[in-house]
Amino acid sequence: MSKLHVTTTVNGDELDFVCPPEETLLDALRGRLGLSGSKEGCGTGDCGACTVKMDGRLVCACLVLAPEAQGAEIETIEGMATGESLHPLQSSFIDNAALQCGICTPGILVAAKDLLERNPDPSETEIRYWLAGNLCRCTGYDKIIKAVQIAAAEMRGETA
Amino acid sequence: MNKMSREKQDFKVIGTRVKRPDGIDKVTGRAQYGADLVVPGMLTGAVLRSPHAHAKINAIDTSEAMALPGVKAIVTNADFAALDDEFLLDVADNCLAREKALYHGHAVAAVAAKDAQTAKAALKLIKVDYTPLPHVTDVDDAMKSDAPVVQAGRKQENVKGDYSDNVTMYCEFGHGDVDAGFAKADHVIERSFKTAATHQGYIEPHACLASMTSDGKADLWCCTQGQYFVRTLCAGILGMEASQLRVTASEIGGGFGGKTTCFIEPVALALSRKAGRPVKLVMTRDEVFRATGPTVSSSSDVKIGMTKDGRITAAYAALRYQGGAFPCETVAMGAQSAFAAYDLDAVKTEGWNALTNRPKEAAYRAPGAPMAVYAVESVVDELTQHFDLDPLDVRLKNAADAGTLSSYGPTFEAIGLVATLEAAQKHPHYSAPLGENQGRGVSCGFWFNFGGNTCVSLNINDDGTVGITEGNPDIGGSRASISMMAAEELGIPYEQVRTIVADTSSLGYNDVTDGSRVTFAVGLATIEAARDAIKKMCNRVAKIWEIDPDAVIWENGQAKPSGPNAGDFEPMSLAEIAALSSETGGPIAGHYEVNADGAGVSFGVHLADVEVDPETGATKVLRYTAFQDAGKAVHPDYVEGQMQGGSAQGIGWALNEEYIYDDDGMLLNAGFLDYRVPVASDLPSIEPVILEIPNPGHPYGVRGVGETSIVPPLAALSNAVSRSAGVRMHELPMSPPKILKAIASKG
Amino acid sequence: MVQVKLWGNLRDATDGQDVVEVEASNFKQLLDRLSEKYPGLKPQIERGVSLALDGRIYREAWFTEIQPDSEVVLMPYMKGG
Repeated sequence: MSKLHVTTTVNGDELDFVCPPEETLLDALRGRLGLSGSKEGCGTGDCGACTVKMDGRLVCACLVLAPEAQGAEIETIEGMATGESLHPLQSSFIDNAALQCGICTPGILVAAKDLLERNPDPSETEIRYWLAGNLCRCTGYDKIIKAVQIAAAEMRGETA
Repeated sequence: MNKMSREKQDFKVIGTRVKRPDGIDKVTGRAQYGADLVVPGMLTGAVLRSPHAHAKINAIDTSEAMALPGVKAIVTNADFAALDDEFLLDVADNCLAREKALYHGHAVAAVAAKDAQTAKAALKLIKVDYTPLPHVTDVDDAMKSDAPVVQAGRKQENVKGDYSDNVTMYCEFGHGDVDAGFAKADHVIERSFKTAATHQGYIEPHACLASMTSDGKADLWCCTQGQYFVRTLCAGILGMEASQLRVTASEIGGGFGGKTTCFIEPVALALSRKAGRPVKLVMTRDEVFRATGPTVSSSSDVKIGMTKDGRITAAYAALRYQGGAFPCETVAMGAQSAFAAYDLDAVKTEGWNALTNRPKEAAYRAPGAPMAVYAVESVVDELTQHFDLDPLDVRLKNAADAGTLSSYGPTFEAIGLVATLEAAQKHPHYSAPLGENQGRGVSCGFWFNFGGNTCVSLNINDDGTVGITEGNPDIGGSRASISMMAAEELGIPYEQVRTIVADTSSLGYNDVTDGSRVTFAVGLATIEAARDAIKKMCNRVAKIWEIDPDAVIWENGQAKPSGPNAGDFEPMSLAEIAALSSETGGPIAGHYEVNADGAGVSFGVHLADVEVDPETGATKVLRYTAFQDAGKAVHPDYVEGQMQGGSAQGIGWALNEEYIYDDDGMLLNAGFLDYRVPVASDLPSIEPVILEIPNPGHPYGVRGVGETSIVPPLAALSNAVSRSAGVRMHELPMSPPKILKAIASKG
Repeated sequence: MVQVKLWGNLRDATDGQDVVEVEASNFKQLLDRLSEKYPGLKPQIERGVSLALDGRIYREAWFTEIQPDSEVVLMPYMKGG
């Protein structure tokens, strides 16, 4: 089957690429659009390292076919900071040592940002279950959960 | 050389929680990991793997694959150099099979093509003629005299007895008369245990990009814990001079010991050489599970005798490990660490390694120790229950301390076990009440720390900032810790120091980032390099002031006269000295090269509370506290991170993780769905408690901390589950079906 | 003369002794003398050994000085992860 021309919006920019029909969105982002912030940890939707937002929903980009991105609005880790300003979650992760190797961090940040947009004051249990689809092997999740709680408080205007 | 700076107890930078230098890159997705590099003209590689657990490879026909448009090169083991070093031969054989496919997933050939689709299609066209052979995957089966032999002629001279040729080594450690010791005990318990193989589970699959040119020079980019060791291995396997190969370590997405060797790198180099173009080769998750380096699986027997007031009179362990299809010596590490936490008059540990048709073992945080300590701490706990004694009291009664003759030979210097046990006893967790179906488990843990070959170059920039070049990939925050140690020694703010990890052409040899060695050894070398630079700066200032070099001292980031007799001069800051470097002799740098020794050992104690559901066999971890001796915590956040991360891995190992094989020797669960690592909702908050008993062998007292934390969780969880469910568990992982079976069998 | 403690299975090469004596003032001399006096130790020494000197472990250092009254323990060459 011949290749397809896909036009999509990523982090607010209209972009396009040509790909075989069976290519994944993850491979298109990384290999065709130069957006390597989303990572492949498993290719089967089990680890969450490729988490992006597509038309307002969190998806594993490895489970989305690239042609499905046609006409869609996609948000990746590369769109989280604005110019020089980091998103409060990004700053909180650095300040609170919520990353060690950092490979799971983009997926977790995208997922956590979505959580706080839906629920600005999640409990610890709600955060843990929301992030259950994002594997981290380095941290034991402890500092990640705390960093999300601290960022959430800051975003609610509650920090000292 | 390792002179401890006693006056440095009043640290200014050490012990604070500074920001890491790679933080912004990693939270924005900008950091470049193994699979993120692209170069012009690059080809995509793919690997063909054996569908058999054990088979003779009669012939490989690549002609049809090579004829596929877009295919640029195909390689097999024949494309590697002729080798006679046994170690290199094994690595090369594991990277691409030589005569036999030794495990399901063993690499047999590799292709480089214009894109991933073409490479995949080419693999299907490669014809391999196999003769399947009988296989063996279980360690005890592999040792029997009639077992299928995985590789003949690999048995060391120390193996006695009627074992198959799969048994490659035997070792024995200990002292005293165990038989006499058991006779003195009020009660002796003897149990057998089994543990399954597990995988480090790093989220980043192995990835590399190799670029070799026809003049024999090559560049290799890969995610690794040790770019210099990769250079040694690849240069040897490719038959090229090491100096012609420049290896650059990318940012790494987890290693834990599993990225201390090579799997795809020599293959990518061979493909690049043949194709005359750069080749990118990335493993799939399936390949990572099947064909990288899991832990050993083990079968063990432990016998311990104790008096009714809790004193151990004798201890014995027999450990049988399988490390896959190539000889593995990890059982020696297990045998040495098994009873390391105890002060014993009579102790004996024996260990055997057996070959199996399984992937070649690689290190996973404290290799060999977790499964051995699991068995020992389980029996100690059962004895504790038998006599109705307090578990921590019993550990304290028998704890190794300074002056103890260790179970593996040397006499301990100052160690932190007693301090961690006492801290655990005093902690509110230990006295918190438990509810129905809940149980509490404790375990000690131990690991050696290493020093090793280390080079550091410390450059004083003319603007007064400092650049440090070191050679160890950062897997836990070491760049920050190294900068902190330099800042502390030089007396300047942390923000003025920047540490980078060099490629192999930019610095002398550095051993792999393993053995919990980096904060210790690279830190030590950094401190010495800083002292070297300080000496040089003082010499410059002495010349400017026209006084004797001995009359200039360094204090708080400045050169000062040593006393009123030296003269009346205004101190000169590092920045001021740096600004004059051209005029005073040229650029200023300090450096230090060493094979560091004097690393301490690191002890830990973990407390775990669990609730076992008697209907489903599911275990919920309610509360977890990890205590560990760090010597001196340079950056407390990162020490805590190591403790929490290792604990989580140990919890997964104890409750869910295992390699599952079918009767054909095929791995059934080569993905994260069925190889179940802990997720955020599985775990409680893991509280880390850092103790600091300084290591006399490091200027700031640093001990390595990265590995010990994976050792205690296995028994801590097993002891907690056993007490909660009311039945002793002897096999890991304690997945729900196994717990239900144990509960049912107790009647 | 230095007293060297050997781990259990190495006793096969030394007529059952787990402590032996050799004349040596550094690690390299120690290994050379051990190999000469007890040829059965050679395969293990060639595979690699570490030295624990008064409780401190040295993985490779040939010129580590050994005093006659030091505690010297031979250990397998160690690997971490």
